[in-house]
Amino acid sequence: MFETLSDRLTAVFQRIGNKGRLTEQDVDEAMREVRRALLEADVNYKVVRDFVSAVRERAVGEEVLKALTPAQQVISIVRDELIKILGEERVPLQLAQVPPTIVMVVGLQGSGKTTHVAKIANLLKKEGRRPLMVAADVYRPAAIDQLQTLGGQIDVPVYSEGTKANPVDIAKNAVKLARDRGYTVVLIDTAGRLQIDEPMMQEVERIAEAVKPHEILLVADAMTGQEAVNVAQEFHRRLALTGLVLTKMDGDARGGAALSIRSVVGVPIKYIGTGERIDAVEPFYPDRLASRILGMGDVLTLIERA
Amino acid sequence: KKTRRGIFKDIANLFERSEITEDLFEDLEALLIQADLGVETTLELLDNLRDRIDRERIKQPADAREALRTEMIALLENATRNRKIKIYQRGVPFVILVVGVNGTGKTTTIAKLAKYHQDQGRNVMLVAGDTFRAAAIDQLKVWGERLKVPVIAHDPGADPGAVVFDGMQAAYNRNADILLVDTAGRLHTKYNLMEELKKIRKVMQRHVAEAPQEVLLVIDATTGQNGLVQAKKFAEAVEITDIAIAKLDGTARGGIAFAIARELGTPISYVGTGEQVTALAEFNPVTYVDALFFGEEEEL
Ligand SMILES: Nc1nc2c(ncn2[C@@H]2O[C@H](COP(=O)(O)OP(=O)(O)OP(=O)(O)O)[C@@H](O)[C@H]2O)c(=O)[nH]1
Ligand SMILES: Nc1nc2c(ncn2[C@@H]2O[C@H](COP(=O)(O)OP(=O)(O)OP(=O)(O)O)[C@@H](O)[C@H]2O)c(=O)[nH]1
Ligand SMILES: [Mg+2]
Ligand SMILES: [Mg+2]
Repeated sequence: MFETLSDRLTAVFQRIGNKGRLTEQDVDEAMREVRRALLEADVNYKVVRDFVSAVRERAVGEEVLKALTPAQQVISIVRDELIKILGEERVPLQLAQVPPTIVMVVGLQGSGKTTHVAKIANLLKKEGRRPLMVAADVYRPAAIDQLQTLGGQIDVPVYSEGTKANPVDIAKNAVKLARDRGYTVVLIDTAGRLQIDEPMMQEVERIAEAVKPHEILLVADAMTGQEAVNVAQEFHRRLALTGLVLTKMDGDARGGAALSIRSVVGVPIKYIGTGERIDAVEPFYPDRLASRILGMGDVLTLIERA
Repeated sequence: KKTRRGIFKDIANLFERSEITEDLFEDLEALLIQADLGVETTLELLDNLRDRIDRERIKQPADAREALRTEMIALLENATRNRKIKIYQRGVPFVILVVGVNGTGKTTTIAKLAKYHQDQGRNVMLVAGDTFRAAAIDQLKVWGERLKVPVIAHDPGADPGAVVFDGMQAAYNRNADILLVDTAGRLHTKYNLMEELKKIRKVMQRHVAEAPQEVLLVIDATTGQNGLVQAKKFAEAVEITDIAIAKLDGTARGGIAFAIARELGTPISYVGTGEQVTALAEFNPVTYVDALFFGEEEEL
């Protein structure tokens, strides 16, 4: 529904005319378009502000390479900087020296935690590990059944104590059982919670204290808007997150929230959720996400062609 | 108890200056974009505010603040103007089809609406039309038990059209006034799943010509600009009659409501403010604007 950024930048530079070097004024005009594209992709306002000023600095005075038009030049600078923030390398799940590795997922309601516990368990199982999933959401109606159903589909056991037990105890007991029975990865599904819900945030802190997870993954919906930073910052402050899972990327959301979260908490994006099915999970490629945030899946080919 | 970081403090601070300057508009722009109104809606809103300030010769920042409030309310009224009047007829099931992308709060909103209609003395039934997501049927059944409302369900993996067919029949046989139909979460970009919704509609219309009398789209308040596309695409597929904005108890400002009101005018009818069955309220532009932008720590 929006014009693409490359179209708009091309229009800008056609107006200004082609010169050998990008002047401050050219860059300002271009940056207005970049800013708008990022905001339309739901990148946080403050993140956009800092980002644009960093890019501006780099772009001013840069010589326009013969091979590229100024529009493409600006895009390639923007893309480079985006990738820098998104993390240039893929960071895999950190497995413990001495098993079991303990992984906990946290996040807002409905972001995709339970589904991704199962997706990750399935990946690990295919790598030959022995995962155990833990039903520590005792609040949402049928949350345990949901995890058990998924467990059945991928043939991974689920540890549960029903809905009367305390999530902290459930997590502790599950880890003990994993040690006893030789499970090598314990994946703890927690209830969805708002970052401003004090009792629920304390609960998740207590779970983390009790089992000392090697990985605490924030599961965030790709469609999230400006609030993504507040959510991520608070979860990070309380739990020291180790990674991010960005879900529902199979739609047409640009996923700017990922950039916002990366810039404010700095933890790597570990997985991308691309569908409802168990196998719809992918490793994260920074260049692809950068292009998508800019609203230009084809920018890579555009630059390569030039 | 949840404590919301009030944006109203920011708004109040903004207007605490001696005169109306260009800085004020810049700060307002920042604030509205951070509330998810989106660039276009924000710019239009600020243009309207400037016009009003000129027209009414407003000089005091406090008056400008009131003018902004008025403009925001006026914008949201685009989303209440087009509401359909609901006619509940004895003997004809009033069918409510609930749709939306994954995880927004559809099933929970159904439980809330069931409670709401029950409290009005209506006979309510639920249909487990999400046969796809793991334990979606169990989830609806738990709500059914808690509310003592019958749930018509088939096995997981069954054809949603078939469950809906049975649900419609059961509604007639058991004299239900309200039939709430849950559906699986689906992204608006998935052609087959959107077609499936059209099919479900047709099944309903075989029993009741005007069914579904209500088609409710549930949008998550934390959704950014994608919410606009969701509203547009679901409306194209199934004639949305109502929108519910769920999860407004978080820190999100639900600014997408303004963008939807401005660009589409689709009726917004409810807000969801928690996971409990009572956490549902009627959408009201004045309350929405005051609670989220201007009010003290008001309840929605
Ligand atoms: N399209 C799509 N849907 C997804 C993806 N991941 C999860 N979902 C769906 O999103 C919805 C919510 O997923 P859940 O795994 O139940 O989310 P949750 O975070 O555990 O939810 P709560 O426990 O209620 O907080 C379900 O309908 C999932 O099928 C994804 O990558 N793409
Ligand atoms: N805080 C808060 N949580 C809510 C609200 N409405 C629903 N939820 C929670 O959001 C999560 C998802 O709700 P569901 O009703 O299962 O959402 P859904 O749209 O049916 O999800 P799918 O069927 O998987 O697409 C659950 O954990 C609910 O408890 C609300 O108004 N506020
Ligand atoms: Mg869950
Ligand atoms: Mg549901």
